[in-house]
Amino acid sequence: MRGARLLVRALRDPDGVGDCDWAGLISAARAEQLMGSLAFRMEEQAVPARVAATFEAARRDAAQTRTQALWEAEMARRALAPLGVPVILMKGTAFHAANLDACVGRSVGDLDVMVPRRRLDEVEAALLRAGWEHVKDAQGYDDDYYRRWMHELPPLIHRTRDRMIDVHHTILPLTARPRPDAEALIAASIALENGLRILSPADIVIHASAHLFADGDLAGGLRNLWDIDRLLREFDSPEFRRTLLERARLHQLAPHVARALRLSNRLYATPIDRIFAGRFTLADRLFEARLLARNGWGQERRKALRFAFYLRSHWLRMPPLMLARHLWIKARR
Amino acid sequence: MRHRLDIQIGPVAFRIGSAWKAPLDALGRLYAAYPAPADGICDFTVRLEPEKPWRRIFRPSVAIRGDYVLPDAAPMALAHGLLAAEMGMNLQMALGQKSWLLLHASTVEKGGRAMIMTGESGAGKSTLAALLGERGWRLMGDEFALLDMDSGQLLPFPRAISLKNGAIRVMEAKVDAARFGPRLEGTPKGEIRHMRPNDDSLARMGEGAMPALILFPRFGEAEAIRPVGAAESFMRFTQASTNYVNLGRRGFESLNRLIDACPALAIDYPDTESALALVDDFWGALAA
Amino acid sequence: MAGPLYTTDPSGAIHALALDGLSVLFHAPSGMTHIVASPAPEILAALRQGPADATELLRRLGAHFDVEGDEAEGAIHARLDELEAAGLVSRAA
Repeated sequence: MRGARLLVRALRDPDGVGDCDWAGLISAARAEQLMGSLAFRMEEQAVPARVAATFEAARRDAAQTRTQALWEAEMARRALAPLGVPVILMKGTAFHAANLDACVGRSVGDLDVMVPRRRLDEVEAALLRAGWEHVKDAQGYDDDYYRRWMHELPPLIHRTRDRMIDVHHTILPLTARPRPDAEALIAASIALENGLRILSPADIVIHASAHLFADGDLAGGLRNLWDIDRLLREFDSPEFRRTLLERARLHQLAPHVARALRLSNRLYATPIDRIFAGRFTLADRLFEARLLARNGWGQERRKALRFAFYLRSHWLRMPPLMLARHLWIKARR
Repeated sequence: MRHRLDIQIGPVAFRIGSAWKAPLDALGRLYAAYPAPADGICDFTVRLEPEKPWRRIFRPSVAIRGDYVLPDAAPMALAHGLLAAEMGMNLQMALGQKSWLLLHASTVEKGGRAMIMTGESGAGKSTLAALLGERGWRLMGDEFALLDMDSGQLLPFPRAISLKNGAIRVMEAKVDAARFGPRLEGTPKGEIRHMRPNDDSLARMGEGAMPALILFPRFGEAEAIRPVGAAESFMRFTQASTNYVNLGRRGFESLNRLIDACPALAIDYPDTESALALVDDFWGALAA
Repeated sequence: MAGPLYTTDPSGAIHALALDGLSVLFHAPSGMTHIVASPAPEILAALRQGPADATELLRRLGAHFDVEGDEAEGAIHARLDELEAAGLVSRAA
C-alpha cells in the first residue's frame, strides 16, 4: 500500500501501519498538508528512529503554526473591534480558536473570516488602515471578478507579517447554484471568549462539505475530509444529526453534506447518519479516486480525472457562458 | 519515478527520484564516498521531473519538485541535471528543515571547536570554507549550518560545495581531480563545478562541535577587522536563517546562547590568503 | 490630548535580552522576535503597571527618565504607533 492510500490508512488506524513505505507516507502527508495530523495520530506508535524524529519535528512545527494562526486572528480582531462587526473565524483558524479536535496538527495557511456583506467595505478599509494591502496580482479583470461574483474580497496580505487574510461574506460564490443563507450562518454563530466568533457546529460541517465539493477541484480534499471526520466524531449526537440535516437543507447543501458523510465514512470509517447519507454511488467512486490520486513519490496521478475535476470546479462556480468568457480572457493574458 | 538514489549528508537523508538516468549517475559519482541512509528511510524527497510529459524526451526540461517546492521555479536543462538535484536538496532544507536552527553559513572545525562564517551570497564564505578544509581544518559545511537547539552544538552538513567561476580554478589547483563533478557551463549563476569535501570531513560527518568564533567575511575590500556587537549579530543571523521565524522560543534562546558564547568579527579581505592569515591569527588568540 | 488607552501583555509573555544598547524581545503570543531601541522597552515596562494613555505614560516615564520638551509627546505617539503595529501594544477595551 502506497501514497495516499497508505496515508488514509495510517490516519484511520495508526496502530495498523506496522512496517511500511515510510518515505512515501511522509511525502504523501506533506503533499496533502496532513503531516501535522499524521504526526499526532502516530505519536504513540513504535516507529523507526528517523521517522520518530521527523514526526517530533512536525508536532513542534504544528504548535508554531497554531500560535501564528491564533495571532493573525488576534491582530484581525484588534483591527476590526472598533467597527462592532461580527467577525466569524473559519476553517483551520476556527478549529484552533475553539480547540476542536480537528485542530490537532492542523496546518493553517491564510486567515479566513466571514462578515456581513453590507459591512464589507468598512471591514476592508479597517484592514487597510491596520497594515494589510491588496495582493499585487489581483488587478483588473480578476479584481472585478472577485468583487462581483466571488464570496470574498480579493485577498489581502499584511505588509510586515506577510500573512494573508480572506474576508468572505458567505460560504459559496454568488454564482454557484446552492444559495446558503448567510444571515442564518451569522445568526447561529457562537461567540468565543475574545469576542471573535465561529460558526455553529452543524454549519461548520456544512461549510467544510461545501468547501470540499462545490468550491474547488478537490485538491487538498484528503485534509478537508479529515477535518469533516474529526468534526463529526466530536459533535455526534442524535440532536446534532437532526440539526445537521435541517441546516443542510436550509443552505441548499444537503447533497454535498450527504456525499461528505459517505466519503468520510468510506475513507476514515466515520460513524454517520446512514439515512441522511444514502448509499455509496458510482459518482462517489470517482470522487474517491480523485482524492486518492497520489503515489508513493508524492506525485499526483490520473491527469484526465484531475482535469475533469478542475473543469467541474469552474463550471460549478459560474454559469457556462460566463465560464467561456472567463477562460477566454485568461487565455489571452 | 524511473530512477532513484538515496544519499545521507550529515544527519539528513534524501530520497532523490529522477525521470532521467544521467543526473543521478552524476550525483552518484560525486557522492560515491557518502553513506547510504540506513534502512532506506529518508527525511526528504526530491523529484526531477519533466515540466510537461513530452519534455522528458524533446528538449528535455527538468522541473525541481519534491516534498517542498518553489511554485514559480524555472525548469533547467537536462545538462544541468546535477545542479537541479543539488538545488532540490537545498530547497528541502531551506523550506522543510525544522529540527535544527538553519543558518546560511559555512562551518569549519579545528581542535574540537567550530567557526561559523556567514554573509551575503558572493561574500566568499564558500570558497574560504573550501580552502580552510584543505588547510588543516575540518569542513563541516559550506552552505548550511545546523544549530542543535538542545546541545548548542553545530552539526555537520558536508554537501558537495558549489564552486563558481574563479573559485573553480583556485580549487582545481589544490585538490585531487577525483573529488570534482563535471564542469557545468551556462547555468543561471555562470560556470559551476561541484567539489566534495575530503575524506576526513566525510568520515566525521556525524560529529558535531561547539561554536567558538563567529565571522562575517566580506570579499573584495581592503583588509579590515572590527568586532561585531551582539545585537547586530543577532539581527544578521535571523536574516541568514530560513527557519528562525518558525522555531519560536527555542530558536530565540539557542541563538542567544550562540551569540553569548562566541566573539564575533567582521573581516574585510582583498584576497583569500589575507583572509586565511587573519583567521589563523584570531583562532590562535582564542585558543591561547 | 490624551487619546486612547493602551495596554500590553503581562510580563511573562515577553522575554527580553539586553544586547549592547538594544533590546531583543521574544513575544510569546505571536512567536515573533523584535529588535527595539529605547524608549520602547521602557514604554512596555510602564504599561505593565496598568493601562494608560499617552499623557499618563509620559508621567510614568518621567518618574524615572528625562523626558521633556514638546517633542516628547510626539515621540511617544510615534513609538506607540510602532508598538501597536508590531502587536506588542494594543488599545484597551
